[in-house]
Amino acid sequence: MILNRRTALLGLTAAVSLGPASLALAPAGTDRRLVVILLRGALDGLAAVQPYGDPDLARWRGALLLPEPGQAEGLLDLGGKFGLHPALGGLHELYRNGEALILHAAAGPWRSRSHFQAQDDLESGAAQRLASGWLNRAILALPPPPARGGAAGDAVGRAVAVGTAMPLLLEGPARVASWAPSRFGAPAPDLYARLAALNRSDPVLGPAIAEGVRSRGFATRVMDEDDGSALRERNTFPALAAAAAELMAAPDGPRIAALEIGGWDTHADQNARLAQPLRQLDAGIVALKSRLGPLWAGTVVLALTEFGRTVRANGTKGTDHGTGTVAFAAGGAIAGGRVVGEWPGLSEQALFEDRDLQPTTDLRALIKGVLAAHLGLSEPALAQVFPDSAGAGAIRGLVRPV
Amino acid sequence: MAHALVRFGLGRKGAEPAPADPTAWLREQIEAPDPIRFPSLPDSAACLTTLREERAMRRENPPAASTRVRDLLRAETSAQMQAAMATEAPFRERLVWFWGNHFAVSLRHGGVAAVAGAYVREAIRPHVTGRFADMLLAVMRHPAMLIYLDNVGSVGPDSPAGLRMGRGMNENLARECLELHTLGADGGFTQADVTSFARILTGWSIDLQGPEPGFLFRAGAHEPGAQTLLGHRFEEGEAGGRAALAFLATHPATYRYLAGKLATHFIADTPPADAVDRIASRLADTGGDLGAAALAVVAERAAWQPLTKLRTPLDFVVACARALDLREETMPDVHAVLGGLGEPLWMPPLPNGWPDRAADWAAPELLMRRIDWAHAVSGRAAGADPVQFADTTLGPLLRPETRAAMERAGSRRDAITLFLGSPEFQRR
Repeated sequence: MILNRRTALLGLTAAVSLGPASLALAPAGTDRRLVVILLRGALDGLAAVQPYGDPDLARWRGALLLPEPGQAEGLLDLGGKFGLHPALGGLHELYRNGEALILHAAAGPWRSRSHFQAQDDLESGAAQRLASGWLNRAILALPPPPARGGAAGDAVGRAVAVGTAMPLLLEGPARVASWAPSRFGAPAPDLYARLAALNRSDPVLGPAIAEGVRSRGFATRVMDEDDGSALRERNTFPALAAAAAELMAAPDGPRIAALEIGGWDTHADQNARLAQPLRQLDAGIVALKSRLGPLWAGTVVLALTEFGRTVRANGTKGTDHGTGTVAFAAGGAIAGGRVVGEWPGLSEQALFEDRDLQPTTDLRALIKGVLAAHLGLSEPALAQVFPDSAGAGAIRGLVRPV
Repeated sequence: MAHALVRFGLGRKGAEPAPADPTAWLREQIEAPDPIRFPSLPDSAACLTTLREERAMRRENPPAASTRVRDLLRAETSAQMQAAMATEAPFRERLVWFWGNHFAVSLRHGGVAAVAGAYVREAIRPHVTGRFADMLLAVMRHPAMLIYLDNVGSVGPDSPAGLRMGRGMNENLARECLELHTLGADGGFTQADVTSFARILTGWSIDLQGPEPGFLFRAGAHEPGAQTLLGHRFEEGEAGGRAALAFLATHPATYRYLAGKLATHFIADTPPADAVDRIASRLADTGGDLGAAALAVVAERAAWQPLTKLRTPLDFVVACARALDLREETMPDVHAVLGGLGEPLWMPPLPNGWPDRAADWAAPELLMRRIDWAHAVSGRAAGADPVQFADTTLGPLLRPETRAAMERAGSRRDAITLFLGSPEFQRR
């Protein structure tokens, strides 16, 4: 680490607002990495992972159908029944290497078709909005950092929200950092310290500014060691994903990160509008893999959306709010190369409320399966993370044995 | 008085005189006509003509893309930000921003850029002290909303156009109007109501080709037959749509939902339930008079509890500019500034607009950027004594510890940064 003005920031602010510097970004009690990507706006699972082998698909989707595998700009085959959208080439490569898995026809326990209610539910991990997010509760359940033997509930340094927002997913008692590329020149470090002190008594601003000062000091140090890619200067999703990977790759960096990407609410001209966000998502997952390097072997990336979209195309070459959809799990730790979940079919009587893909798997079963096998959460811990989820038992075998 | 300036206004502007009677000052702003005019900005018909011409140029000569829509948007953001920074009726201006966010459109959707500014000037601003039903109708007929929520191409499947072209509906606008604009998510509507309302709104479209482009009811694309919405029957045709909107605008669930949003914005992140009840009653008693509702908020004792709300990035930037007496043109590219602070102008991610609670804006990095930006503009503060400046801006709300920290600061710029980054300035 090069010592310069910016690296000094970490020690300084830690001393000001936190006590021992070593606590500021203590390693979490796991070497495994988990990245959760929220796809806000409802991804159409039938377009991202098209069940081209289903005989009923064509009658609903008409002009929205993508060419079958092997044709020009056709689907990327997943084994004869499903095909990935052609914009997901990187994910297809991972799938073929056994590092990506798809859960189809999934939905959480909520049935709202409101983006806003359903996103709250997805982040709460329940059929209603809770005061904290499931990922925050999962962080609390992690074993404490071994070397420091931190107090129970001390989760500093375990997680980071990448981007300018703090999603409900990460809200809760566990302290969480946030990082986004800065665009403004910064004042001298001690001015931050004085501002942190001025704000200390404010219940919202106090802890947030203290955390901001701390994570910036850390991020600056980690980023200084990088070879300086221009990528992270931009606020695109792949750039944010690359930055998340850099932060997570540091030995004392966060083990858990949350990112989000929008652009999925394709009510009109879906085929034209969907390719771009899918490419961004794909490039982001590829960036995570390349920046994590050897750590990718111990990484899981989950990409989750609040609900799916109508099976029938609507009148404007798009789709409206629906229910069942896909979820992606990628990473070197994933026992992938499979599409899991029971396929409900697309016959008229199989549709949910005569319009949506019938969900057959509770989304929480996938998340619980990853939290259990990848991060070692016990059954009681899983019950804390996802209250009232006894009916959604963890899917086994999602993660490769260590 | 300092409290009224920050709670209901946009922060004190320079050393403007403080009104002696805060309630009378607020009431006058509601009762007097809107002092803000935008004489140099085009109406939405002219904006749509610009959009049409730019699209045509792009088709003919793709590489030499015109920047006329971009220039138009820049002129709009600049004029409307300047209005907020300079206005002497800041309560009214706050209501414009509040209702504009309630009926959010977003530049993230192509085509909205040309009319986003005209939308606020035409559909929102004239109605902020008028009837909610009038605002709702103006919004639902405005090209910006029809484009943003994809209703322009929504065709009744059994309409002549639907049968001829095999096209159909899009329920986006209908759903968001019920959930976000009128009844609220808990307003008791079902998927069947969404579908019915979408049928009612088929044909509510825009004409881009004529000499006066704008709203057009396309009778040939309208789904035939009467529809049932929340148990009420609405006849086919444009009049049925107007009747449905009038029904929704005056529904008790709508009043309750609007009252909750107003109270959350002006009183506290979790406002007292009885305050919400009283504001909702005022709306019901006045047939949805938004000026009366605004004054009902002012009349709430809880609205006078200081510093319960956190300024959003937009509020913060405007309050800094007013305190420092900066003009919009001295803050180049305010759009980029707001983007960097997490609230790019007229660009919320989703149709529910920007959030309105402290926790939503308290991401650590976001607050760090506020400090960075405050530091940048503090360099432009004129010669006044910083502590005096802080006293002028916040009066009794300035805390002794902030004053002490400012007095100890090594430079005028650091002192002003400390003030703008203090909790009493970041809150309102």
